[in-house]
Amino acid sequence: MTATDQRQSETGGPRTLFDKIWDRHVVVPETNMVPAVLYVDLHLIHEVTSPQAFDLLRQRQLPVRCPERCLATVDHSVPTSPASWQIRLADMDVAPRNQIRKLDANCGRSGIRLLGINHSRRGIVHVIGPELGATQPGMTVVCGDSHTTTHGAFGALAFGIGTTEVAHVLATQCLLQRRPKTLAVEMRGRLPEGVTAKDAVLAMIGRIGVDGGTGHVIEFRGEAVRAMSMDARMTLCNMAIEAGARAGMVAPDEVTFDYLAGRPMAPKGEEWEAAIERWRHLKGDPGATFDAQVSMDVSDLAPQVTWGTDPGMVAPVTGRVPESAGQAALEYMGFAPGEPIEGRRVDVVFIGSCTNSRLSDLRQAASILTGRKVAKGVRALVVPGSQETKRRAESEGLDRVFLEAGAEWHESGCSMCIAMNGDRAGGGQTVVSTSNRNFEGRQGSGARTILASPLTAAASAVAGAVADPRSFLDQKRRIA
Amino acid sequence: MEAIEIIRSRTVVLAQANVDTDQIIPARFLTTTSRDGLGAHLFADHRFDAHGQPRADFVFNTAEAAGCQVLVAGHNFACGSSREHAPWALLDFGVRAVISTGIADIFRTNALRNGLLPVVVDDDFHKKLLASPGTEVEIDLRRGTVTLPDGAHAEFEIEPFARFCLLEGVDPLGYLLSKEPEIRHYEGERAWRP
Ligand code: SF4
Repeated sequence: MTATDQRQSETGGPRTLFDKIWDRHVVVPETNMVPAVLYVDLHLIHEVTSPQAFDLLRQRQLPVRCPERCLATVDHSVPTSPASWQIRLADMDVAPRNQIRKLDANCGRSGIRLLGINHSRRGIVHVIGPELGATQPGMTVVCGDSHTTTHGAFGALAFGIGTTEVAHVLATQCLLQRRPKTLAVEMRGRLPEGVTAKDAVLAMIGRIGVDGGTGHVIEFRGEAVRAMSMDARMTLCNMAIEAGARAGMVAPDEVTFDYLAGRPMAPKGEEWEAAIERWRHLKGDPGATFDAQVSMDVSDLAPQVTWGTDPGMVAPVTGRVPESAGQAALEYMGFAPGEPIEGRRVDVVFIGSCTNSRLSDLRQAASILTGRKVAKGVRALVVPGSQETKRRAESEGLDRVFLEAGAEWHESGCSMCIAMNGDRAGGGQTVVSTSNRNFEGRQGSGARTILASPLTAAASAVAGAVADPRSFLDQKRRIA
Repeated sequence: MEAIEIIRSRTVVLAQANVDTDQIIPARFLTTTSRDGLGAHLFADHRFDAHGQPRADFVFNTAEAAGCQVLVAGHNFACGSSREHAPWALLDFGVRAVISTGIADIFRTNALRNGLLPVVVDDDFHKKLLASPGTEVEIDLRRGTVTLPDGAHAEFEIEPFARFCLLEGVDPLGYLLSKEPEIRHYEGERAWRP
């Protein structure tokens, strides 16, 4: 931020939601020579990106400064398959086992709350933070994980950091940060039936590109965003990083407050009333300006699917692979230029990940799978985002819907989103996946990922090929 | 941390845009709890075939690439995951600087924190680098320049504080720790609600 900008926000000019949260967390303002020292309210921790950070503190004989502001869980390397759990994870490799043990020891030693491998509220770090009510409007939230952007759905400033910075936060509860720029993404109109937040955000990435958000914090606005549930807003903000953005955020409103009310870590009683009062002010002032703006009408958007090897290589499910598509991506995916995407044969369907593993995602998938069967030869995995989501889904009977359809119903975790926990696809297999990255090898060496919404994924499981979910939505079985 | 001032090396070129951190080091190698030895897995799925044999056609496996400390990469290098294993793997392999027209935010910070120089240059200069793999470059951090043997050069910017830390071999954590009084003051002043 230039000196003028800083004066402006200090002298009370109109500010965006981002400006308000940023300003409130500046411990030491930035100058040309040094970045701002920014305070962190909530530090989420998982097993993969934290061990080296704890080591660094130990080497320098530094304590964890604010253990009460940390929350840890295990998700990336934990097996999710029922078979593994039946044998009490006896098939788990030494390395991930060691990683989990280290986190246990590190948290125990420093007094950090850990939702460990046998904890009933364990789950993907970006699912449990909101689910427990730990993520709240106005907070700064960081984690050694790029999809920390998810938490911005609550009107928090949330972003991913590397392991050295995890150590910085553990030691000082602060980060050195330059003020990022702001980008407003306005979604006009209402999403049509069968089209979800996942489709909207994929379309946005297709439009601005995988580096379109670099250096910026995105604020998602507009009628379509206001109409979204918290689960959908989390999907939106989750994928902000796939456009290269530092963070994604949505101003909190009644939908946010309703979601948080009564959550275990949310404020209670009088504190709750006071919190809502404060949170209501967390929105941009009239006249506040952004560094950049994008506006898109989503009212006639089609379900979106990727055809290439980054999330920006995306098209409507009814569309074709572009004639101009890059050779490397086409070769890897086994697509030809101009080929229709719908009808592409599918080997695996993965419904899960921090993008789309919440209860409403599972309900959507179930709405299509109810009374239908997964096509022969297709492996379908449904992996809830947390143990709590799993229990809730089971209490609604969703597990039976999936199992009767011939899909697998797993314990919670990152699973095939990252393929470092036993769940992975084979080389050359086509996976329709509700996760967030279709990078080469992401779901297994040589595996070919097609990103899609839970509706599209479920429809594709039934069809045995990439399918348009809109033709599966009949009046009677629709679930909101 | 070791101070850095000048890096002189031949370049290795990976022209593809949007090379993500999953390519730099696949997730299955992230089960380690150490930061050492990750160079063995750098670009694993590109350097080795399904049987673990080196792929002769991948640039990092060529004789010319041996000993190169400067990677010239396509636009938006190292997008995706926040894994610091990516700069750790590059450094362990011997890469000390990456030159591109765009480098993803989280990776750039991770690189700076580990003494790997993220150098962003203009399109024309980048094209020149892409067209001449193996060329000798001199990266001068103090002056903020990259120079080619023919004298052509480009300027680059590094966030001033990170640059200072790299030039002096100073760890930024020391600076943060020195702000403890300010942090305490902030905590005392602020009403403890988000
Ligand atoms: S589900 Fe995938 S993207 Fe999300 S935290 Fe886990 S590995 Fe990362």
